[in-house]
Amino acid sequence: MNLAALMLADSRFPGGGHVHSGGLEEAVARRAVTDEPSLRSFLVGRLRTAGALSAVFASAACRGRYAELDAELDARTPSPAQRDASRVQGRGIARAARKAWPSPALAELLGVTPRPHHPVIVGVLVGDPFEAAQVVAYHAVTGPATGAIRLLGLDPFGVNAVLARLAPDIDEVARMAADHADTPPEDLPAPSAPGLDLLAEAHDRHRHHHDRHHSEEVRLFVS
Amino acid sequence: MSADHVHPVNFDPADPGRDPHHAQEHRAHDHEHRAVRLGIGGPVGSGKTALTAALCRALGGSVDLAVVTNDIYTTEDADFLRAAGVLATDRIEAVRTGACPHTAIRDDITANLDAVELLEHRFPGLELVIIESGGDNLTAVFSRGLVDRQVFVVDVAGGDKVPRKGGPGVTTADLLVINKTDLAPHVGADLGVMTADAHRMRGDLPVISQSLVDTPDAPAVADWVRAQLR
Repeated sequence: MNLAALMLADSRFPGGGHVHSGGLEEAVARRAVTDEPSLRSFLVGRLRTAGALSAVFASAACRGRYAELDAELDARTPSPAQRDASRVQGRGIARAARKAWPSPALAELLGVTPRPHHPVIVGVLVGDPFEAAQVVAYHAVTGPATGAIRLLGLDPFGVNAVLARLAPDIDEVARMAADHADTPPEDLPAPSAPGLDLLAEAHDRHRHHHDRHHSEEVRLFVS
Repeated sequence: MSADHVHPVNFDPADPGRDPHHAQEHRAHDHEHRAVRLGIGGPVGSGKTALTAALCRALGGSVDLAVVTNDIYTTEDADFLRAAGVLATDRIEAVRTGACPHTAIRDDITANLDAVELLEHRFPGLELVIIESGGDNLTAVFSRGLVDRQVFVVDVAGGDKVPRKGGPGVTTADLLVINKTDLAPHVGADLGVMTADAHRMRGDLPVISQSLVDTPDAPAVADWVRAQLR
């Protein structure tokens, strides 16, 4: 795996990812995730849906066509909160990338939009369809996993083992995505999870309703 | 919250979303053309928010300023400032830190930079942005990539040994504020020991002891901040 891929996958990468839980915070608030088994179930579901979609677009972004990918990913992301979370993280990565990995491809992407979607800019920076897909598929589960450690106080070794055991699933998603690297953007798969869309929208409403009772409005993550 | 402050409800999947920051990119670190960024950090309960409110009162009439808050409950400090009426609502941005307040001001400052740049875009003449950290411990300091100057706030009720313990907040902040001096006799804290220890740990860096009960507008700290704006 190339160094850019490792750095982007590292939770210490300063791209703003640490304030996003991928819907986990809302799931915890609704007691849908309470322990390691329910966390694993959440992660598998997220990997197979939002993770797979992200992986497909990261792979495809290794081949250019940024404007089309930007529009097609919007079309496959019905939740405004999730679209915004993706672009906020993409912009965060762009801030770091302009300094660390300037390139004609990055300049072209940021010329199309200064707020690129997260998987698209990862694809541009990693350059290899399989590795780019691995990185974003891993991102799809590591954010919520870390969120569960912080919000539920789960044993970090237990959560780490849950993540490690997802390796075959992550690689399978990445292989599927890499097979689509040359698929025209409009024909790319569109896996989705209405449950995650609804969690994202419910979480977003908490962000903006400051007049709610305090105990209801506490949210520590952006998404 | 005002309308331009809120994520618009927009179900058009073709809408790329607004980019409030783009025009600011080329001058991200150009001090001539952007607001001075002042970090206020320190342990939980040391009086960071009260100091921020005092500075807004003291400086708000003469300095074009805005505030970013990082409280772990996100809206707690922002609500306090709004309720205190010291600053217009759209001059306060609350950042979510993902339950890691020190990470958000030091290791990964992305969310805070986004908030600062949003305020700079909203108020083009902005002269000062105060970034108040969430309450943390003695090792939490602001990244120099986020702030130009930083104030570390400790209080006498936290114990008069705090300055002696050191840590990067106490030893390296551009200004150390020893707060709540009016409480010293009630908590058995020796102010002389605290200030002597603080000066010993900090060398030539300044230390201000204050009580917002005695001087609600924090005049000494406000003067120090004004000097940083020149």
